[in-house]
Amino acid sequence: MDLIDILLSASFWTATIRIASPLIFATMGELICERAGVLNLGIEGIMVAGAFAGWMAVYSGTGLWTGVAIAMLVGMAFGLLHSLLTVPFGLSQHVVGLGLTLLATSLTYFSYRLALPQVTSPPKIEAFEVLPIPVLSDIPIIGPALFAQTPLTYLAFALVLAVSITLYRTPLGLALRAAGENPAAVAAQGLSVTALRMGAVIVGSGLMAVGGAFLTMSAFDSFFFEMVNGRGWICIALVVFGAWKPGKALMGAVLFAAFDALQIRIQQTPIGANIPYQVFLMMPYFLSIVALVAMSRRAEVPAALMVPFNKGER
Amino acid sequence: MNAADKNRRLSISRRSFMATTAGAAVLAGAATAPTRLLAASPIKVAGIYTVPVEQQWVSRIHKAAVTAQGRGDIEYTFSENVSNTDYPRVMREYAEQGYQMIVGEVFGAEQEAREVAADYPDIAFLMGSSFKEDAALSNFAVFDNYIQDASYLSGIIAGSMTKSANIGMVGGFPIPEVNRLMNAFMAGAQEMNPDIKFQVSFIGSWFDPPKAKETAFAMIEQGADLLYAERFGVSDAAKERGILAIGNVIDTQADYPDTVVASAIWHFEPTLDAAIANVKAGSFTAADYGVYSFMKEGGCSLAPLGTFEGKVPAKAMELVAKRQAEIQSGAFSVVINDEDPKSS
Repeated sequence: MDLIDILLSASFWTATIRIASPLIFATMGELICERAGVLNLGIEGIMVAGAFAGWMAVYSGTGLWTGVAIAMLVGMAFGLLHSLLTVPFGLSQHVVGLGLTLLATSLTYFSYRLALPQVTSPPKIEAFEVLPIPVLSDIPIIGPALFAQTPLTYLAFALVLAVSITLYRTPLGLALRAAGENPAAVAAQGLSVTALRMGAVIVGSGLMAVGGAFLTMSAFDSFFFEMVNGRGWICIALVVFGAWKPGKALMGAVLFAAFDALQIRIQQTPIGANIPYQVFLMMPYFLSIVALVAMSRRAEVPAALMVPFNKGER
Repeated sequence: MNAADKNRRLSISRRSFMATTAGAAVLAGAATAPTRLLAASPIKVAGIYTVPVEQQWVSRIHKAAVTAQGRGDIEYTFSENVSNTDYPRVMREYAEQGYQMIVGEVFGAEQEAREVAADYPDIAFLMGSSFKEDAALSNFAVFDNYIQDASYLSGIIAGSMTKSANIGMVGGFPIPEVNRLMNAFMAGAQEMNPDIKFQVSFIGSWFDPPKAKETAFAMIEQGADLLYAERFGVSDAAKERGILAIGNVIDTQADYPDTVVASAIWHFEPTLDAAIANVKAGSFTAADYGVYSFMKEGGCSLAPLGTFEGKVPAKAMELVAKRQAEIQSGAFSVVINDEDPKSS
């Protein structure tokens, strides 16, 4: 199959959007945290916890959407822990974040074993099914790609819009962005930097968990330890790639997913037989780095990112 | 010695005391049945796995150990999800606790594991490994799932079931144990139909079902109508698109009754039982237990066709039966080829 054939096939774009969906949730979550001035390296662990919590909830008998809500709540609980340590206590965001990833993954595994002590393979749930939107899904190529997906994918795109509007069109968004740029100015306005930042981290962590839940409730129907497989770290890079802007970050997620969908397809062509498979697996990451270099030259890093704020301190 | 250490010692002696008492009770109870006498001295076996015991490969080891424990041959405990960097430490802990045999997989800690084994010459180590045994390290034996015989037979069935003569294969990493089964499967399929085209992909992870599923979808789009399901996620893609799959290591037909035609199954029991017998006889030594996974040792088999009974062409089943008999008698042996399989 030719490269052109692949790029013109609807299934390629459908796969791209499917692969991008969990990344979009988690990238938006990370973006909110960072815009408020907090780097959240707990993302990988929070995604694992979310993937487990949502799936386990559905397996225990709740509805799918309740499962998503439970995943989000679990993510928010980890977000609360992260924000407590990094915002009022002002601890190192790197150490807290990485620690949280370790804690969340281990705790998830512990809970998994407690819940399912003796299983031969993890049980399956009835996952979200593809819900084609009438008329729109009949458009060639982009129709199936954008409008014949699972409901969570539609939610991911709606989320980008919501984050974008909130950040740029509401007083809350302005205050949030200011907390990441110049917290002293926010405090001078009588607003609480602590509350803004903690809120951002809690909500952002909730979204990361939903990203994880996408894997177990939409992309697949069962939970496997390690199935998040580094997707969280990709999202950290995607935020930088998107220059801390929701629209660009969405583009980054889609681009990364497109590279991934492409490498999957090229690997099986006769060309793939002559090139080590590792080269293909590396491709999305490599091309993302190249794109990152090109895109981030004019990026505006939130000025107070990773700078703890203590009221009244200069 | 600190307090924690003391406690551990205490609890161990308590545990071994209990084991002895239990053993004595069994002895007393077994007085009327002399054949049960062996059960009085079960070997203490510890399993150390880098993944959860649900994982296909490890699940076979775990199952065999649980079976052996049920028979009373061993006393079994295990640690799962041990990272490769932590592996030597866990080995030492079990070694210090007086376990007589440690079974596990050292694909990611080959050198370190051998160093630990060298420090505990009286303990038998039976480890899944990509390398061979070393005569200088007499307490370290290796094994692997050499189930190419069964894979070959499942390939024959696959070759007869694909209508588009296009088979998709999704693997984790191209390591010897994966490659050899894929190559045997491909050889079997080609024996039925030399013109079969293979699509081979590796996803660079053991546990990423969404990715395995995506890869399988891509193969189906490119014409595959039968998938070799080496990873979780592949059979799901086959089921969703209404095509067939061949299982590997475990039998998953119960979960995919209309999808999984046949599976090449690994039985770890002959490997473990041989090691147990050798430990009991005091003759455990450096050896390659890989041969116990061969079909003639009962180490692998083709799963029953189950829901696909009668749906596989008779010509293929005749060839399967013929080859199986030849493998058992030694008249035919499946080539062991550890090279990376390629797309054609």
